[in-house]
Amino acid sequence: MFRGIFSVLYKETIQIRRDPFTLFLILALPLFQLLMFGYAINTNVRNIRTAVYNLDHRRASREIIDAFTNTEYFQIVRWAQSDQELNDLIVAGEVKIGIKIPADYTDNLLKWGRATVLVLIDGSDSSIASQAVAVSNSVGLSQSLRRLLEQHPVPEPALAVEVRPKMLFNPDMRSANFMVPGLIAIILQIITTFLTAFSIVRERERGTLEQLLVTPVRPAGLMLGKLAPYCVIAFLETCGVLVVMRWIFDVPIQGNLLLLLAVAVLFLLTALGIGLLISTRAQNQVQAMQMAYFVILPSILLSGFVFPRESMPAVMQWVGYLIPASYFIEVMRGIVLRGAGWLELWENIAALALMGFLFLTVSALRFRKTLG
Amino acid sequence: MTAILLQELTKRFGTLTAVNSVSLEVNEGEIYGFLGPNGSGKSTVIKLLCGLLEPTSGTAWIAGKNVRQDPEAIREQIGYMSQRFSLYEDLTVEENLHFFGSIYGLSGRLLQNRSREVMQLLDLSGRGRQLAGTLSGGLKQRLALAGAILHQPRIMFLDEPTAGIDPVARRELWDLFFHFSSQGITLFVTTHYMDEAERCTSVGYIYLSQLIATGEPEGLKKLPEVNPSGTRRLEINCHPITQALRILRTAPYVRDATIFGQAIHLLADASASESDIERDLQIQGVTSILVRPIEPSLEDVFVLLTRRQEAARV
Repeated sequence: MFRGIFSVLYKETIQIRRDPFTLFLILALPLFQLLMFGYAINTNVRNIRTAVYNLDHRRASREIIDAFTNTEYFQIVRWAQSDQELNDLIVAGEVKIGIKIPADYTDNLLKWGRATVLVLIDGSDSSIASQAVAVSNSVGLSQSLRRLLEQHPVPEPALAVEVRPKMLFNPDMRSANFMVPGLIAIILQIITTFLTAFSIVRERERGTLEQLLVTPVRPAGLMLGKLAPYCVIAFLETCGVLVVMRWIFDVPIQGNLLLLLAVAVLFLLTALGIGLLISTRAQNQVQAMQMAYFVILPSILLSGFVFPRESMPAVMQWVGYLIPASYFIEVMRGIVLRGAGWLELWENIAALALMGFLFLTVSALRFRKTLG
Repeated sequence: MTAILLQELTKRFGTLTAVNSVSLEVNEGEIYGFLGPNGSGKSTVIKLLCGLLEPTSGTAWIAGKNVRQDPEAIREQIGYMSQRFSLYEDLTVEENLHFFGSIYGLSGRLLQNRSREVMQLLDLSGRGRQLAGTLSGGLKQRLALAGAILHQPRIMFLDEPTAGIDPVARRELWDLFFHFSSQGITLFVTTHYMDEAERCTSVGYIYLSQLIATGEPEGLKKLPEVNPSGTRRLEINCHPITQALRILRTAPYVRDATIFGQAIHLLADASASESDIERDLQIQGVTSILVRPIEPSLEDVFVLLTRRQEAARV
């Protein structure tokens, strides 16, 4: 059943060795990507570019502006002189936030004890917008409270109900801790899928597949023989990205490293299996490329890497279940951040194992048929 | 003993019939030349026989095994050399041989010895460490042949093995084919070259997916369709040859006239004598005329059979 596996393994190893530049790219590019994206993807919003249109100019107006800047969420970069200008600055993308303080701000505060400040928010970036809304509200609330206390002094001021959120597992709310484990899963998915997606279709294009198929090599032997060396490469890659995660992004691994590596191998086999399946179907390398993208894009968007799967429509959640990266991201975050073990994660691991087995079996079965 | 047997072998790709009910038989140790124009189905037949394609209907036996039921057992017995170089260009000569040898279960000393033997036989010694991609066309063909013969197959399928290589390399390859044949190996060879076809033990001619003739070259030349009663074949050397051809094509006793190399081949009524022809040409100013009776060549046979087939279609 596995006839020819060692012959194919021998051949693939020589071919990989003979092309050191490609090998270098395979090993080095993911590390660069991780470094690049790991720094770039930061959901902790700070210093949002802000314009202020102050029609009041009295002390109270300066106080509220200071209150905004003191949060460190807003950085005032422009002073507008008209409503039109404030609006234009946002449309042009110069600023994301426009704060307008009306001319009667101080008057209203003194006279009625209530005044309004207009905060215009560029909604085209949802993560910035939602934080801006939350922070502006809290600025308003704390300013109101302060004024209230000034007018009605309380000996020991305290809130009646105080909510104290406590962040487990990622106390500093560092986005690197959250993003990097997922990013590693995605990067590994991309590199491994491409590695094998081309492996068989390349032989088809060069005509060597034909020669191979008149020999008694068995499909399973051919598949596994091709897979094994790439699995080793991808495993080395995994160790590399974990080192970068631990020592460059400073994300400690809370759980068992061996379990993490074992599940990583399972995931790599599954992703390589997807690549092989693509390779048995595609007639040429361009097709293989298209198909690989077809797999990779959902892995990025639907796996819970970027958007939480809980907030997706039910259908998309189900699609997510068909994506191996969904399970591996769960496992990565579980082990790295929460220190979860086999007991907590076995369902994800079992799902990965099942998918890997299925992909490899189907590609071996499909293989003979593609000749006709 | 029969090495290859085809029974109404048919392959369709959608609505296109690539191989239409081909039946033929090749005996052990024969060199079977498989001829036909491009696109007539030669390569498809070879791919069917090697198990690269599955027949739509009909069947074939290779070394006594059915291609439909026992393709894996057949793979052990056959060697295949495809039209285009299909070994690994980024492996050396030796690595290619070791790879293919090991798939067939050769290993260790046996594999070493066999590789060395084959490299010697095919004059590849000293090139063991050269990358296959850097070999010349002729050497590539020999390496491909080495890969196909390494595991000592009983039957070899060679798809246009001599296409695009120089005449010397071509002759050397054919010497090897005869060497293999003398060892009892059956060779199934496709070619476009008539001189190669003449050297085969038997030949088959496929035209528009149908096998229209098969047999020994000598037998085919004696077919009644090729030698219609009341006709004779003549070869004419003369000058200028194109003018002579024009004259002859209008002569009442000429049934067919074609230029072959430096001469005209003529299928004429048996009543036409050499002197009649000579006289007719001389009158029109053709000089240095030499007319002699000849046997039909294989090319004559195939040209004639093709025309008959086309006439039958219309």
